[in-house]
Amino acid sequence: MAKKTPEINSSSTADIAFLLLCYFLMTTTMNQDMGLNRRLPPMPDKNQKVEDQKVNRRNIIIVKINSADRLLAGSEPIHVSQLRDKVKEFLSNPANNPELPEKQEIDIEGYGPCMVSKGVISLQNDRGTSYQAYIAVQNELVGAINELRDEWSMSNFGKKYAQLDEEKQAIVRKAIPQNISEAEPKDIAKK
Amino acid sequence: MSKFSKGGKKGMPAITTSSLSDIVFMLLFFFMVTTTMRETENKVVVKLPEATEVAKLERKDLTSYINIGTPVRHLQAQYGNDARIQLNDSFKTVDEIRDFIAAERDAMSEADRQFMTVALRADENTRMGIVTDVKQELRRCSALKIMYSARKAAE
Repeated sequence: MAKKTPEINSSSTADIAFLLLCYFLMTTTMNQDMGLNRRLPPMPDKNQKVEDQKVNRRNIIIVKINSADRLLAGSEPIHVSQLRDKVKEFLSNPANNPELPEKQEIDIEGYGPCMVSKGVISLQNDRGTSYQAYIAVQNELVGAINELRDEWSMSNFGKKYAQLDEEKQAIVRKAIPQNISEAEPKDIAKK
Repeated sequence: MSKFSKGGKKGMPAITTSSLSDIVFMLLFFFMVTTTMRETENKVVVKLPEATEVAKLERKDLTSYINIGTPVRHLQAQYGNDARIQLNDSFKTVDEIRDFIAAERDAMSEADRQFMTVALRADENTRMGIVTDVKQELRRCSALKIMYSARKAAE
């Protein structure tokens, strides 16, 4: 008669699994990376002359941050908290002010003709600007555009931008483009 | 007599615990799969700036990280406390970003290369000078899709 093999006691597998579980629970990082997405302009060709860069004066707002993190938007010094409203006014131009950017009728696929602002935000910074201030300004600019997109999609689709489907989001993105130009760094002479 | 008397006959059958280990194993596998081990050791202190309009990073596997900040305390004796760039595991100069991007790009499949994102994880107290240099270098390598990493501010 074959010898009976004694059964292995498996009551401790749960404990072992618990131990492993605790280890992975501790080491897991679930945090998702967050941030502001941006697309850099491609490097200009060296042979290509710097030309046709001329944008109509009224279509551009220059936001400058100096080394002391002070802000200049257009021609007046302002605080970061005012920037959002200023940019919104600049991009939407509700009263068709001739000082503010002109609008161009563009035929958007799937929507039809739509008045799109030609405004461009040009962001310039000093080498001494702190990253924190830079991000704060970027954040306000993106915030202004997001608010405009929300308003636009609210009046056209009755939903906020984030709740729209992919196609409609693309339409909104075309109607309210994110034209932020991060200017070429300039050698700022020490005065 | 009392409601809680432990009657000998009407004892509750013991709950079988044999499926406990299965449940635990299931949880275990979940965490094993979702865990991403931190591959690199942080050599610079990065306290991300706060922002409210942050968007989620879409594809983590297609992202390369560039850390910018002051070296951690025990490395300051060696490297000073000026802002440095960390790529993978070591301090690098701006010129070496080109090789780094090329290496990262090679590691990706052909179809994914266009979606490559570079996440700039810079400390909030860094000066823009070094960040601008990095950005210019990225433009030269035509790694144009970038993300400024930021913390979501509590509203």
